[in-house]
Amino acid sequence: MSTVTAPVKGKPAKAVVSDRSRAETRLGQKLVAPAIVLMLLVTAFPMLRALYLSTFDYALTAPDDRNFVGLSNYLTALTDPLFWQTTGVTVLYMVVTVAIELVIGFAFAMVMHRVIFARGVIRTSILIPYGIITVVSGFAWQFAFSFQNGFVNGWLPFVGDDFNWFGQTGSSVVAIMVSEIWKTTPFMSLLLLAGLAQVSEDMIEAAKVDGATWTQRLTKVILPNMRAAIMVAVLFRALDAYRIFDNIFVMTAGAVKTESISFLTYRQTIEQFQLGMGSALSVLLFLSVLVVAFAIVKLFRVDLAQARQES
Amino acid sequence: MGNGIRNRIGIIVGCVLIMVWCLLPVVWIISLSFKSETAITNGSPGFFPSDGGGAGWDNYQAVWDNEQFRRAILNSIGISLIATLLSVVVATLAAYAIARLEFRGKKAVLTIALAIAMFPVVSLVGPLFDMWRAIGLYDTWPGLIIPYMSFTLPLAIWTLSAFFREIPWEMEQAAQVDGATSWQAFRKVIVPLAAPGVFTAAILTFFFAWNDFVFGISLTSTENARPIPASLSFFVGSDPFNRPASLLAAGAVIATVPIVIIVLIFQRKIVAGLTSGAVKG
Repeated sequence: MSTVTAPVKGKPAKAVVSDRSRAETRLGQKLVAPAIVLMLLVTAFPMLRALYLSTFDYALTAPDDRNFVGLSNYLTALTDPLFWQTTGVTVLYMVVTVAIELVIGFAFAMVMHRVIFARGVIRTSILIPYGIITVVSGFAWQFAFSFQNGFVNGWLPFVGDDFNWFGQTGSSVVAIMVSEIWKTTPFMSLLLLAGLAQVSEDMIEAAKVDGATWTQRLTKVILPNMRAAIMVAVLFRALDAYRIFDNIFVMTAGAVKTESISFLTYRQTIEQFQLGMGSALSVLLFLSVLVVAFAIVKLFRVDLAQARQES
Repeated sequence: MGNGIRNRIGIIVGCVLIMVWCLLPVVWIISLSFKSETAITNGSPGFFPSDGGGAGWDNYQAVWDNEQFRRAILNSIGISLIATLLSVVVATLAAYAIARLEFRGKKAVLTIALAIAMFPVVSLVGPLFDMWRAIGLYDTWPGLIIPYMSFTLPLAIWTLSAFFREIPWEMEQAAQVDGATSWQAFRKVIVPLAAPGVFTAAILTFFFAWNDFVFGISLTSTENARPIPASLSFFVGSDPFNRPASLLAAGAVIATVPIVIIVLIFQRKIVAGLTSGAVKG
């Protein structure tokens, strides 16, 4: 680490008396305690409460009629086609948006990696969609797709001027995806840019000298060497996309079967006051996020520790 | 030779595409905010306001005169700033411990932070709604500040511990050897080195709080605490079947101004923060 001796807080050598390491442990735990308490207070505790509430038939409109019903809320949810349909739509949002973001984000990262002039301008522009409120992005695209006041119908040659994008499922889903992709591609491209910066230029140059074509350099040198960065970007974006809510709320309010699983849960709890059923859906949503996270980590063998250079 | 020129042109085209991608919807919403209300009601398709369909600053004036909107801006600024400040203080303590100390439970902290970064926010809304109503936090500033802190802590802890690991801490001792007191060594050596990281974490935290929608709509019911995204989404105007697009656009532009200012001033720091092992909250 350093040649200067660090008597107070450097990593203690094994030989140092355990008193110091015990004190260090105590101090460390004291310093992280507030963060741990805060994080668990708003997640673990309410989650346990949701688990408890989900076994009741409990509506806020009739708080006194609270009956224990065991697992029947889960049974109702899992046997309802609506639940599976929303889950299907959610997975569709996730797969399509992440795939498109990955391709466009990578292209953006390649450009930003090579650009030598006007770096600040590019960086500023790319951060604007990242920073913008999702609700604002939803509005911007909803009005853009609107046939009354928008411009998309006028610009697209194969769409009639009075085509109502929000009239049926397919086109509504496309509009929602466009807003989602627009807002989050910059984030993806910045993560990929960081990965790209770690690929050694010498290696690419060597491949070039050996006669590798551009495609070969891309698929055989660049992509394998930034695999960790790609996987982390995919994992985080996929989980984020699976929780899609804001754009749907603003653009269609869940109409024409565009509802995601998050939106269904929200509607049950906050709009219809069905806390029992809503809690059951909350637990199912939580479990399904775990399943998605686990599947991605296993499927792509993501090594989080390596990607973040954690010890 | 030809290859080099082709590359240059490719990069220029790429840059132009990135700019169009990023700025087109922003220009669009600004353009929309200048369409007049009558034009919107009668329908005025097209990117720019039609001849005679422009509104000048009328929409901005109308939005600014709206009491609810002004309260929402105030709520958003207050809640986001307080949440950012508290979150960064708590995260700095934790990140210092993670970056510099060896202690049992370090892995657990990082795991919990990672788990919370992936947590489906909506699944908490029901129980929190119930709890907040029971203890009187529903529809108050603290009722939003607390969940914002919890959900920005993972991001802040990660960004900060990545920064803190890079700090050459032995310089503190070096300064003391040169005759500085420990307070001087901390203030003159460590604080300037740590400040950029703390600052970056603060910006990312602020973005999260400013952007939040789920908590904003479910844990508030009046303009007491309702933040700007929630307020925009509930703004229906006089005709619920035809939303006042140009007014909403003006509101949206106002809500975006702080973000654009922050991005313009701090773009370098934000990129550094996002790529130093940070995750989106």
